[in-house]
Amino acid sequence: MKPSRFIYHAPSEVEEVLELLSEYGDEAKILAGGQSLMPMLNFRLLAPAHLIDINRVTGLDNYALGDSGLSVSALVRHRDLELSPETELAYPILHEGLTNIAHVQIRNRGTICGSLAHADSAAELPSILIALDGRMNVRSKSSRRTVPAEDFFRFHLTSDLDSTELLESVDIPAMTRNSVGAFDEVTRRKGDFALVGAAVVGTWSEQGTIEDCRIVCSGVAPTPLRLKEAEEFISGTDLSDEVLIGVQQLVTESLEPTEDVHTSAEYRKKVTGVVVRRGLARLAGQRRVINV
Amino acid sequence: MSEAVELDPVESKMWITVTINGSKDTYLVEQRLTLADFIRKQVGLPGTHLGCEHGSCGACTIIMGNRAVRSCLLLAVQADGESIETVESLAENGVLSPLQEAFHANHALQCGYCTSGFLMSLVARLREGPIESEAEAREALSGNICRCTGYTGMVAAVMSLSSANGQNGEGV
Ligand SMILES: Cc1cc2nc3c(=O)[nH]c(=O)nc-3n(C[C@H](O)[C@H](O)[C@H](O)COP(=O)(O)OP(=O)(O)OC[C@H]3O[C@@H](n4cnc5c(N)ncnc54)[C@H](O)[C@@H]3O)c2cc1C
Ligand code: FES
Ligand code: FES
Repeated sequence: MKPSRFIYHAPSEVEEVLELLSEYGDEAKILAGGQSLMPMLNFRLLAPAHLIDINRVTGLDNYALGDSGLSVSALVRHRDLELSPETELAYPILHEGLTNIAHVQIRNRGTICGSLAHADSAAELPSILIALDGRMNVRSKSSRRTVPAEDFFRFHLTSDLDSTELLESVDIPAMTRNSVGAFDEVTRRKGDFALVGAAVVGTWSEQGTIEDCRIVCSGVAPTPLRLKEAEEFISGTDLSDEVLIGVQQLVTESLEPTEDVHTSAEYRKKVTGVVVRRGLARLAGQRRVINV
Repeated sequence: MSEAVELDPVESKMWITVTINGSKDTYLVEQRLTLADFIRKQVGLPGTHLGCEHGSCGACTIIMGNRAVRSCLLLAVQADGESIETVESLAENGVLSPLQEAFHANHALQCGYCTSGFLMSLVARLREGPIESEAEAREALSGNICRCTGYTGMVAAVMSLSSANGQNGEGV
């Protein structure tokens, strides 16, 4: 018997989940895919008194792709979206991010919302959600609120959710015809958390310049890090080789990344510049495809 | 936090009905029992192995609802109403399945500790379609860890299947 004792709840309605959360708050943990929570329970790093398993809640396992964008409910597994050709077509960057998460056996259970609520600073999805300007739909027994992805991540493993709140779904706005995005990362082995990852998004204008850029990095700070200086540097340019070399230099020189057991700050500095450049080079390549 | 909770020993158990390797049964399980420990100790099928117990090694991989999953990261109570396949489902009357036979023929195992996890990952993968290239074979093997073989034999085993057995996912 690995986890310490808890009282197991398997509600079937969202309202019951919210009721349990409001009753037990700090004493409770939501169990979604379990791919981050179960290891912590097995090692007794966490010992919640109540476990609220949301896997049997009706109506949480669906996603909807429409003209205004994509909406993903709390129980949609990484693998569900990964296997959706429409989603891959609408958001290639999201598909790339998903296939970089762990291995298929983990993605078969892990959920999109669980990855976001878990808020690991090296995870792929938080950076991608910020790059795509996603919105988190958060609900408790007494309130509902929507949090922009950019304000959702507070610290490594800490999101904006309080202990009575459920991340019920996330919304991602539709990408326009000229919008492009790419995700790239460096890992020691395939499937590992990113040493450094970069989600880059932009829109090609009719004049052939890149606008509305977002560059968001995983693994370099306690939260996903938006590189605003680099965004400004590339905005309005044509992402020529010169610009790409310049932005790589800027990122490498200005970044002060975290150091941990996985790698040194020095290595992260170098690699972040490279990963950002590679991502942007792909945006440059996509310009030819969309033909502006 | 948890120390303060008084748990009724009866209340902390639940009845679950699970189909394991084709046979449906009802069990009384402790709420905090992992699915892996349930399969090994309560059901008595020790072929599912435990290495890391945090999702990394893949030794505990089983198939639930047609998807390969880590049984160390699930609770037994979560399997209520589900259909599970373990490595014990592969051989029939002591005759190895084609995939097991390919492992045997290609020296794809040494100590064998990791083998059941690899087999179940591959069974799930092969049901989705044939593995056409060495790169695809390595991708299919990448979610499990083997400390002995260096994977070469496993890649050879998977590739031998593709030519010999048509790899349509039936009876692998
Ligand atoms: C071997 C291995 C490798 C991995 N590699 C990667 C990787 O490369 N990249 C990566 O991003 N992740 C990786 N992961 C983690 C994986 O992606 C997890 O699935 C994910 O982080 C959590 O999603 P989950 O649904 O499993 O959540 P759970 O484990 O069930 O929950 C995680 C946390 O979020 C809370 N939570 C979950 N859902 C909600 C909700 N809807 N509302 C409020 N709170 C909620 C839980 O209470 C818990 O605190 C890996 C995991 C393993 C085991
Ligand atoms: S024992 Fe489950 S993955 Fe290692
Ligand atoms: S054969 Fe020994 S770990 Fe794989």
